[in-house]
Order: sequence, then structure tokens, then C-alpha cells
Amino acid sequence: MSFWNDPLRVAADWLQGIFVGWGMNETGAHVLVVFLGVLLLITLLMVLDIFLVWIERKVVARFQDRLGPNRLGPFGLIQPFADIIKLIIKEDTTPGDADKVVYNLAPILSMMSVLILWAVVPLAPVMLGTDLNVGVLFLIAAGAIGTLSIIMAGWASNNKFAMIGGFRQVAVMVSFEVPMLTMLLIPTIFAQSMNMNAIIDAQNVWYVWISPLGALIFLIAAIAELGRAPFDLAEGESELVSGFNIEYSGMKFGMFYAGELLHAFTFGGFWAILFFGGYRFFGLEQVSPFLAILILIIKAMLGYWVIMWVKYTMMRIRIDQMLSFNWKFLTPLSFALLLVTALMNALLASAPTWLYILGMFLANVVTGWIALEIARSATRQERERIEGPNKKVAEASH
Amino acid sequence: MVPLSWYLLLAAALFGIGLFGVLVRRNAIAVLLGIELMLNAVNINLVSFWRYSDVLTSMSGQVFSIIVFAVAAAEVSVGLALVISVYRRRNTVIADELDMLKW
Amino acid sequence: MTGAQIIFLMVAAFTLLSAVMVVTTRNLVHAALWLVSTLFGVAVVYALLNANFIAVVQVVVYIGAIAILFIFAVMLTRKDMRDSGPQINKNWWAGALVAMLTFAGLAFLLSGWSGFSKTAAELPAGFDSISLLGESLVSPEAYVLPFEVASVLLLAALVGAVYVAFNPSKK
Repeated sequence: MSFWNDPLRVAADWLQGIFVGWGMNETGAHVLVVFLGVLLLITLLMVLDIFLVWIERKVVARFQDRLGPNRLGPFGLIQPFADIIKLIIKEDTTPGDADKVVYNLAPILSMMSVLILWAVVPLAPVMLGTDLNVGVLFLIAAGAIGTLSIIMAGWASNNKFAMIGGFRQVAVMVSFEVPMLTMLLIPTIFAQSMNMNAIIDAQNVWYVWISPLGALIFLIAAIAELGRAPFDLAEGESELVSGFNIEYSGMKFGMFYAGELLHAFTFGGFWAILFFGGYRFFGLEQVSPFLAILILIIKAMLGYWVIMWVKYTMMRIRIDQMLSFNWKFLTPLSFALLLVTALMNALLASAPTWLYILGMFLANVVTGWIALEIARSATRQERERIEGPNKKVAEASH
Repeated sequence: MVPLSWYLLLAAALFGIGLFGVLVRRNAIAVLLGIELMLNAVNINLVSFWRYSDVLTSMSGQVFSIIVFAVAAAEVSVGLALVISVYRRRNTVIADELDMLKW
Repeated sequence: MTGAQIIFLMVAAFTLLSAVMVVTTRNLVHAALWLVSTLFGVAVVYALLNANFIAVVQVVVYIGAIAILFIFAVMLTRKDMRDSGPQINKNWWAGALVAMLTFAGLAFLLSGWSGFSKTAAELPAGFDSISLLGESLVSPEAYVLPFEVASVLLLAALVGAVYVAFNPSKK
């Protein structure tokens, strides 16, 4: 059990040996070592968060055909540090009649709900925060705490716009949890377990090949959960003066902003874990845990890039369009896809692998195509009801 | 180890606090909060009876607690819908002031 | 006092303290937030009882849906942001007496039961409560019928709540 094969276990044993040598008892030393491990993970995540601010600004700049920050440091790498210093030295205002305890607790809960997600992310085959056997459901539970923090922020700001923004954001988040949870059941069906490590272990074929529609719906629902464009009506500056975080200035706003970026990266990571094989890459992860972490971070960055791509390409959707899209299209489609997946999984269970992959892929494509046809005919009827029948067709039939 | 009695006493205390909330609060929504506490106390009892039973593979305790989750969710949603509807008509949710039938 | 006992006492104290704050605080939104911390304490109790699926479902269903529903309802049923008037009945001492008698009665009744001070059995290694739970929820010899009836109940509640709270003037 050398350092390169199992770094965390070796480091934990060494530290525990030191603490017991200083006179602490066994259990206390173990608790302290675990606490230090958690502290290390959170520190690394916050450093990654700083890096993500830089990535976000460079990527949005390139999408908009400009350069992005390039003055501070080589390629503008010092820019996030300047941002942090600016946020820290800003005046920390609190609205007059705001509920101080709830107002201050909201950004803390928002950041906390993102950080606890990393307890179930398998960084490497032997590096895992907690080997929960309900890891998939833990994702939704952490999202529930994030939802709570937003409504606390919206209410405690004592501001009409904040409250409306908070209500809308919470309505969107609660609504899009349903298709997300349903799509999380698809890797569970394939892997026969809700454990994150077990899902990665079972992905000899990446689940995106056998359930592409599931991956797509999960991505859409995750983007809505994150509150990013095109679903960011609640905090769009031109719509609602940035919604629930109007009254937050300084580092409290920084907590919301950085928390949102880290949340997006975390969901990129979960998309990679659930559908793209996590830290697996043709056996490279067995070589060293550090290589596995690198593979996972690269895949998470690619997922994060897709989320950013969607954000900076598509325009904002109105709140009633968002909710009707969820309840009238996405939720029935996700239920139908779950049924089709379970059925095909049972039918093709004894088929050879290539037939299984082909059958599931085709089932997904057929389901998606049928759903799009239904949606298209529904919108055509809606358009004809509003505008009258299609004139060109009517003239051509003369 | 923690004996079963501790869990049962915790559940009984939570039930008593919820009962106090139901009997004593004037706002209808606060009464529903007390009911939620009582349902949680019942759930703690069910799950601890499952854990401390001799046959751990019989999942009755957990199944019952899931049914209680479903019932609690149904009851809260209908109760709060009623409270909101009453507020729209009578402009109050204080239970003492809702003392006249429709006239 | 073993570690497990200390942890249980801390969690139980946190839960009961939050529950007392739920029923006594004046500000109703604060009461809903104290309910969230109570529900979280109960989820930790479930995790201590090795029922981790129930613990996570508690967070998702109670905190993620029911508590948010309470906060929405509190905010939609008030004329201004303040709670006015007395929040507790005149005869609160009678309610407190009934609650304490209930607790004492339950404790007395349970203490006479033979299994009151039982200690927990060890979980067998590799015990997978989730698959057992899943099987018992859909197995005809087990609880598939109550499961389906509960889902019909939820459907009825969903339709009923939407209908009752529907405001036709806002179309």
C-alpha cells in the first residue's frame, strides 16, 4: 500500500500515528484526521472555484469574440484574485428591515449545499468522501438545501423584487427536480445500485451511449436547477434586477456567485460520473489515483464547458414557458423514457453486448423522435389556432 | 450502545411538543407545523422499531414510514391549499377568527 | 458513555430544542425555519438507526418540499411582513399540561414493556437495506398494495390541492 496507490489511507495512518503519539486516544485522533481531510477537500475546492471564475470570464469572452481579462498577470490569471479583493473590501450593507439572522445565513447555506455534494463524488477508486449506498439520492437532497437558501435570501431581503425572484427561482428548482430525479434512476437501473462508485464500476460502456436521451434530459434539468441561462429568469439583470441577490453586496454576493460557478462545475462532474464513466478511461485509472482525479477533472471541465456553451448561446426563457416546458413536455417524456429503459433493459438482458447497446440507443432515439413529433403537432395546432390555417398550403391545394 | 428506550423517549417528547403546538397556537399554519412534528415522532418510532427488531430483513418498519411520508405530504399540501383558500375569502388565518359559517 | 451515546444525546438535544422553538417563536417564518432544523435532526436520527434511504428521503421530501411549501404558504397569507397579535392561546397552560401528561403517559406505558431497554442487533455484513426495501415495496407477498394505494392518495391530494387553491380571477 504505497503512497502512489492509496495516498489518502497512507497519509491518514501517518497523521493518526502522530496524534496518538502526542497522547490523544484512538477515536479522537481518527475524528481529527477525518476533520483535517474534510478541510483539505474544501480548501482545494475553493481554490478550484477561484480558477473557475477565470475560466468563466475567458470562455464567455471567446464566445463573444473578444479577449477577456488579459491585463493582470499572464493571460489574466491574477484577475480572480483582484475580484476577490474587490469583493472583500466592499461595504457590507444589510437592508434596514431585513431579518438579520436569515439574511446572513442564506449565502452560507447556499455555499454549504454545494460543498457537501463533494462528499459523494468518487475522485478515484480508493478516494471517496463517503461510500453512501444512496449516493444518487444525496444529489437531490443537497439540491433541496440549496433551494431553501434561495427562498431565505429572497424573503430576508425585505424587497419585492427579491421575493418575486426568489419565488420564481424556487418554483423552477422544485419543478425541475422531478425530471432530474427520474433521469437519475436510469443509471441506477443499469448499475443495479445507487452507489456512485458502483455506477462508475458498471460503466464498461459509457451510459451516454445506451441512454443519450437520459443524459440530455439530465443536462437540461441540471441547468435549470443551477439557475443558469437559459433558465436564469430569476436573476437576469434585465428582467428582475438580479432577483434574490439584489440586496447582497460584497463577499455575501461573492458566496452566491462563486457557489453558482462551483455548483455548475459539480454538476458537470456528476454528468461525467453518471453518463461518461467518471474517472474511468480505458483502464488508466488503475495506474494511480492521481491520474484518476485528473481524468475526472478533465471530464468535469468538459461538462462544465457544455453548460457554459449553452449559457452563452441561448436566450432566456420566460418563467411560464419554463414551467410549462417542464410539466407538459419534460416530465412526461422522462417518465416515458424511464418506462422504455426499464422495459428494454429487461427484454435485452440476455442479449449480446452490441445488440444491447444498439437496442437501447434506438429505443432512446425513437422515444425522443416521438416526443418531438407530439410537441411539433401540438405547437402547430396552437399556431393555427392563433394565426389561422397555413396560407401557403391552402393556396397550393387550389 | 444506545438502548431502544432512548429513541422511544425522544419520539414521545417530540410528539408532546407537537401536541403543544397544535393545541396552543392561534395561526392555522402553526397548527399544521405542530402536526408535522407529531408525524415525524411517529416515523422515528417506526424506524427504531425496525432497527431494534429481531428480524432485520423484515422491512415493515421502513415501508410504514415511507407510507407515513406520503400521507404527511398529501395532508400538508391539501391543508395548506385550504388555508390559502380560506385566507382569500376571509383575509385571516387565525383559527379563532374563523368562527362563522358562510352567510 | 460510548461515542454513539454522546452523538445520540447531542442530536436529540438539537432536535428537541428546535422543536420547542418551532412551537414558541412569534415570527412564523422563523418557526418554519426551525421546523427545517428539526427535520434535519430527525434525518440524522434516521442515519444513526442505519436507515440511510429513509434519512435521505426525509431531507428530499420534508425539507425539500414540505418545508418550502410551508414557507410559501406563510408568505402568501399575510398582509404585511410582520406577525401581529398574540400567537399563543389564552389557555396555553392547559395545552402544556396535556402535552406533559401525554409524554409522561407514553413513557410510563412503554417502560412497562419487556423490550424497552433492548440493545440493537448488529447489522450483518453487507446488509443492503435498499434492495430489501425495494423488493418489499413491489412484492405481492409484501407491501405492493399499500404502496399503490399511497400513490393513488398522492394523486388525489395533488388534484385536490391544485383545485382548492386555484384562483380563477388570476387567469
